[in-house]
Amino acid sequence: MYVELKNINKYFGDFKAADNVSFGIEKGKLVALLGPSGSGKTTILRMLAGLEKPDSGEIYIDGKLVNNIPASERGIGFVFQSYALFRYMTVFDNIAFGLEVKKTPKKQIKERVNELIELVGLSGMEKRYPNQLSGGQRQRVAFARALAPEPTLLLLDEPFAAIDAKVRAELRTWLADMIHKVGITSIFVTHDQDEAVDVADNIIVTNQGRIEQHGAPQEIYNNPETPFVAEFIGTSAKYENYGVLKGFSREEKINGALIRPEFVEVFKSDNTSIEPYLKYADDGIVENVTFRGNSIELTIDVKGLKLTALRSLERRKIDVGERVKVLVYRLYAFDNEGVKIIENSDIAGKETVKL
Amino acid sequence: MDYYDKKQNRSQKVTKYLLIAVSVIFIGVMLVLPLISVIVNSLKEGIEFYFKSLSTEFVTSALGVTVMATLISVGVNTLFGIIASWLLTRFEFRGKNTLSTLIDIPFSVSPVIAGLAFIMTFGRLGWASPVVDWINSTFGTDIQIVFALPGVVLATIFVTFPFISREIIPVLNTVGHDEEEAAALMGAKGLKIFRKITFPHIKWALLYGVILCTARALGEFGAVHALSKTRGQTFTLPLEIDALYMSGSADSITASFAVSSLLVIMAIVVLVARNIVEYRAKKEK
Amino acid sequence: MKKPLKVKHKVRVIPGFGLTMGITVAMLSMLIIIPLASVLLYSLRLSPAEFFGLITAPNVISAFVTSIVCALIAAFINSIFGLILAWVLVRYDFFGKRILDGLIELPFALPTAVAGITLSKMYSNTGFPGGFLSGIGLDVSYSHIGIVVALVFIGIPFTVRSVQPVLESLDGQYEEAAYILGASRRKTFFKVILPEMFPSLLTGFSLALARGIGEYGSVIYISGNSAKNGTQVVSYVIMQKLERMDYSSATAIALVMLIISFVLMFAINIIQIRRSRRVNAM
Repeated sequence: MYVELKNINKYFGDFKAADNVSFGIEKGKLVALLGPSGSGKTTILRMLAGLEKPDSGEIYIDGKLVNNIPASERGIGFVFQSYALFRYMTVFDNIAFGLEVKKTPKKQIKERVNELIELVGLSGMEKRYPNQLSGGQRQRVAFARALAPEPTLLLLDEPFAAIDAKVRAELRTWLADMIHKVGITSIFVTHDQDEAVDVADNIIVTNQGRIEQHGAPQEIYNNPETPFVAEFIGTSAKYENYGVLKGFSREEKINGALIRPEFVEVFKSDNTSIEPYLKYADDGIVENVTFRGNSIELTIDVKGLKLTALRSLERRKIDVGERVKVLVYRLYAFDNEGVKIIENSDIAGKETVKL
Repeated sequence: MDYYDKKQNRSQKVTKYLLIAVSVIFIGVMLVLPLISVIVNSLKEGIEFYFKSLSTEFVTSALGVTVMATLISVGVNTLFGIIASWLLTRFEFRGKNTLSTLIDIPFSVSPVIAGLAFIMTFGRLGWASPVVDWINSTFGTDIQIVFALPGVVLATIFVTFPFISREIIPVLNTVGHDEEEAAALMGAKGLKIFRKITFPHIKWALLYGVILCTARALGEFGAVHALSKTRGQTFTLPLEIDALYMSGSADSITASFAVSSLLVIMAIVVLVARNIVEYRAKKEK
Repeated sequence: MKKPLKVKHKVRVIPGFGLTMGITVAMLSMLIIIPLASVLLYSLRLSPAEFFGLITAPNVISAFVTSIVCALIAAFINSIFGLILAWVLVRYDFFGKRILDGLIELPFALPTAVAGITLSKMYSNTGFPGGFLSGIGLDVSYSHIGIVVALVFIGIPFTVRSVQPVLESLDGQYEEAAYILGASRRKTFFKVILPEMFPSLLTGFSLALARGIGEYGSVIYISGNSAKNGTQVVSYVIMQKLERMDYSSATAIALVMLIISFVLMFAINIIQIRRSRRVNAM
């Protein structure tokens, strides 16, 4: 493990920002710390950087205990949420600053800065000041500035928060490519699951100062280990009385179930091509139809449960008040300890229907 | 409808010009007229008398004392202003609000009380008087504070104490401390951070504070009045003006206005400088 | 210096905390706190009976009344003209506006003694407009009116500069909204704009009041300092006691003044905290 946290605890007054946090990160990985605001993700990042001190526990970087090493000597690069570019310095001087502090020879500074400016695609903008740049360009400068002193670990605090939604997606792919190209171990904080899933090699989900789950994006998406993760990742709604659905029965100790829209399939009642499965389907009444840009979102009343389903725009139109057939493939059932996936017992083993 | 709008418009215009007239008259009578009055009164006895009154020994001595006290207090307060505003905007600590309020005390304390405070500290009855005596007898020095130049300087520093920090603090608060934090993370030391990152942000505010501080120091009267008794030695220009005016003869009153005209010119220079600085600062943003 | 003070596990990344804290506290103590504490220390030597005897002497009471009442009247006048001036400077464009705006700070820049002798001369019965005013039976110099005139002079920048930025930030949207809702201009002003500006106006009022109560240089020439006419201000009385080496009286009166200043400062702080809270709540 290149970066390792062992039993980290941190209080701010009565507020527990880190509750026995332990995890390890492999060299060269791009890892997302994902959680709602106040979940402790930023505190973890700041403790790694040396901007906060843990109350107890140990932090290792490259096998070295860094608890008592000041921030400036940990060999980290830090990209601030607001970038914190030096407003009275040019792009060139911003990137050169860390090298100047280290008393690097002038010629070397020039070479390294030019190399980085080219890498981040800002050639020709060396003499500009930060306020003459767009949000995306500023992020590129911040990234280059953090990389200039050749850190071994790159930390990014909500790197996309200050950027327009339009260019955000483009920029995060760019950043992920860049990080992989440079090959630097990187950790970034985000509250946006799309961002984490899109960019990260691994995701660490935090909640109330605890680590809920640590794994690859797909694993976290498909096999959430805790009710929090199941609910936080993807869109889902909670149902206590899920036993009324065909193919599921209420089990002991289970508190309820989470159903994601992609687990629900809706058929028009006159659809004959799926005849063999119709007997497993519930009847429902469409209560609401909303256009979602690339799909239609349906709200359907099934035996008192309000289920949400997505439907392709290519399929036949469904109207409010229409009677439809609803098939639920699976759901996440949760008890006090954790989450388990329950498949629809009626269609288990049969080929899944997809139209 | 048209008619109504026109009427509305006309009444708005009347209000506008009425308010502008009130403002111009107020400023004219309350602020401009006194300036003119100083100049007119100073030239009452002719230009020759004017220059004669400016070149007496008392006036030149007072000018020297005033310039010295001003230079020292601007220097001390600039140093303090920068350091205190760094402390109050770059760190979180307990008692920060109290400290900030304490720095502002001189704004709301009568300058006469400032003078009194130094008399009660270093004067014959003051608790620090034996300390000064001990220093003098031990080192063979002859340091006098009250009714001497150090007292004048101390009083001037007191009344201008918060001027510079008050100008810098809001600017540093608006800028935030991300840039300094980023620089520190890269390993930059305090002085380098200040010089390269903080100073460019505060330069106009600092200059503005220095101008205000200079104006106030040059013109300080009440605090110095309590602490300075020797004309020709420890008198500042405002004290010299007071001495001339209070002696009551028509000539000396004219002379006192002549000396005042020096300070009026200075006040106008300060106002112009203030406007230039403000304009430049706005332009840079 | 690297070890943080008091707060446990607190990291200060920006350097210089210990150094700046040390210098700030040392300079503040030596130059401001200790001298003021000496006043307190000295007045504590007086017994309560002596203390009350000194501060309730007839001429002292009269001076307090004069200072406070004149400062209140001046601050009130300044609030009204401050509002008008700020309004004119923010809302209207006219020839010479920049000069008018630049002149507002004149009372800060002009030494108080200079202002004092000039105002005294102007409003005496040989000056202009004093001669004209005394012709219609209004003596300004050497009366309470003179004190108010001097305090209006030194107080006007406080109210204008407190109100002006708030008025600038109102940017006309409120008024337009109120206007569209059908409120008349007058109603809009009194119901929408004035309440919005009230806290800043109150701050300006308090600042002008605090300055006025302690004012010395600009007042002592125009007031005439007559005990009989009750035109002595508190600062003058303190100075008079100092000159007569009556340090007990001087410190006792000064202590009461200090308390008044602190109460006013406290009030201003509360107004400002409340205002920022309200604005933040939006």
